[in-house]
Amino acid sequence: MNPLEILKRIKDNFPEEVLWFRCFREECDITVKKERIRDILAYLKNTPSLEFDYLIDLTAVDYLGFREPRFDVIYHLMSIKYKHRLRVKAQVRQRECSISSVVDLWKTADWFERECFDMFGIEFKGHPNLRRILMPEDWNGFPLRKDYPVYSELKDKEWQTYKELKEAAKGWREDAS
Amino acid sequence: MIRILGNITEPIEVEKGLKIVPGANTIITTIDKIASWGRRSSLWPLTFGLACCAIEMMATGASHYDLDRLGIIFRATPRQSDVMIVAGTVTKKMAPVLINLYHQMAEPRYVIAMGSCACSGGIFNTYSTVQGVDEILPVDVYIPGCPPRPETLIEGILKLQEKIKNEPYTKERCLSGVCLIDKSDLKGRDESLRDIEENKG
Repeated sequence: MNPLEILKRIKDNFPEEVLWFRCFREECDITVKKERIRDILAYLKNTPSLEFDYLIDLTAVDYLGFREPRFDVIYHLMSIKYKHRLRVKAQVRQRECSISSVVDLWKTADWFERECFDMFGIEFKGHPNLRRILMPEDWNGFPLRKDYPVYSELKDKEWQTYKELKEAAKGWREDAS
Repeated sequence: MIRILGNITEPIEVEKGLKIVPGANTIITTIDKIASWGRRSSLWPLTFGLACCAIEMMATGASHYDLDRLGIIFRATPRQSDVMIVAGTVTKKMAPVLINLYHQMAEPRYVIAMGSCACSGGIFNTYSTVQGVDEILPVDVYIPGCPPRPETLIEGILKLQEKIKNEPYTKERCLSGVCLIDKSDLKGRDESLRDIEENKG
């Protein structure tokens, strides 16, 4: 199906939710409010003529300093049957930094959402097991946020276990010198 | 003066501190020399391949460069290893594992930091990367390069052999007293936390 037609159908079914959409070189994305994101995605997945049965990726972008709904949670969708693709972006504010989980629609969203939580600190409501997936479980902060330190010097945000390892290394460093 | 089968013979010094007895199939030397000879001639590395350097390390071990001819046989367990070749980027999450394996190696033990990541963090000056394994481990040889070619790794190993050659037999290396993971409850912090949680639930 033509991407513009897909956008039009979303617009018709959820007129209140759609903020804007863009098309560039036959790739389309649509930006929506986060409140009914699950309904929109369920509609995209379950409508027979759309059938977005494949969640390629789920990630987020931090627009700190550019605009206030600070985060976009981005769903890359594809239909294996019709071969059409769509990007859906949902805006998430810094306060109440949460959005509905879509694990019940696509099982693959489980780890994507855990990664997104790990890196951006966005809470996915209804996720069965929302723990950190890449960083150690007692890590401080969310590394892909724009206000996170860029370089290796984390100072007070440093991981406790690593601090202790460095502390222990001081022993033989002094012995050696 | 030594008497062998009725013949009287003198030990001949073939190099400094090393004498042979002609006809007796015997050498006379110091324990320092013989121990360091044994140590440097059978360096069994613990492979710690973490990134692209591991590929070069494998290439060095394979038939073209053939580390076996130096008495180097890769071991997959720290218990049988003498030297740890840290080949690649060490993340902070990997650091406790690295320390744990290091302390499972029998002494005397050595560490080779292979590649710029292991030496200094390399291009990865980021939150997740250890800025050189010497922050947490005593490194004997640094091998620069991104990644170093097999020749460079061999050069590094030869440098380590040279270092061991000049070491006394009883040299005290990294003492267990400063071992962190061995002695404290830090061992497997994450796992123990998980155990506690599981017991609660």
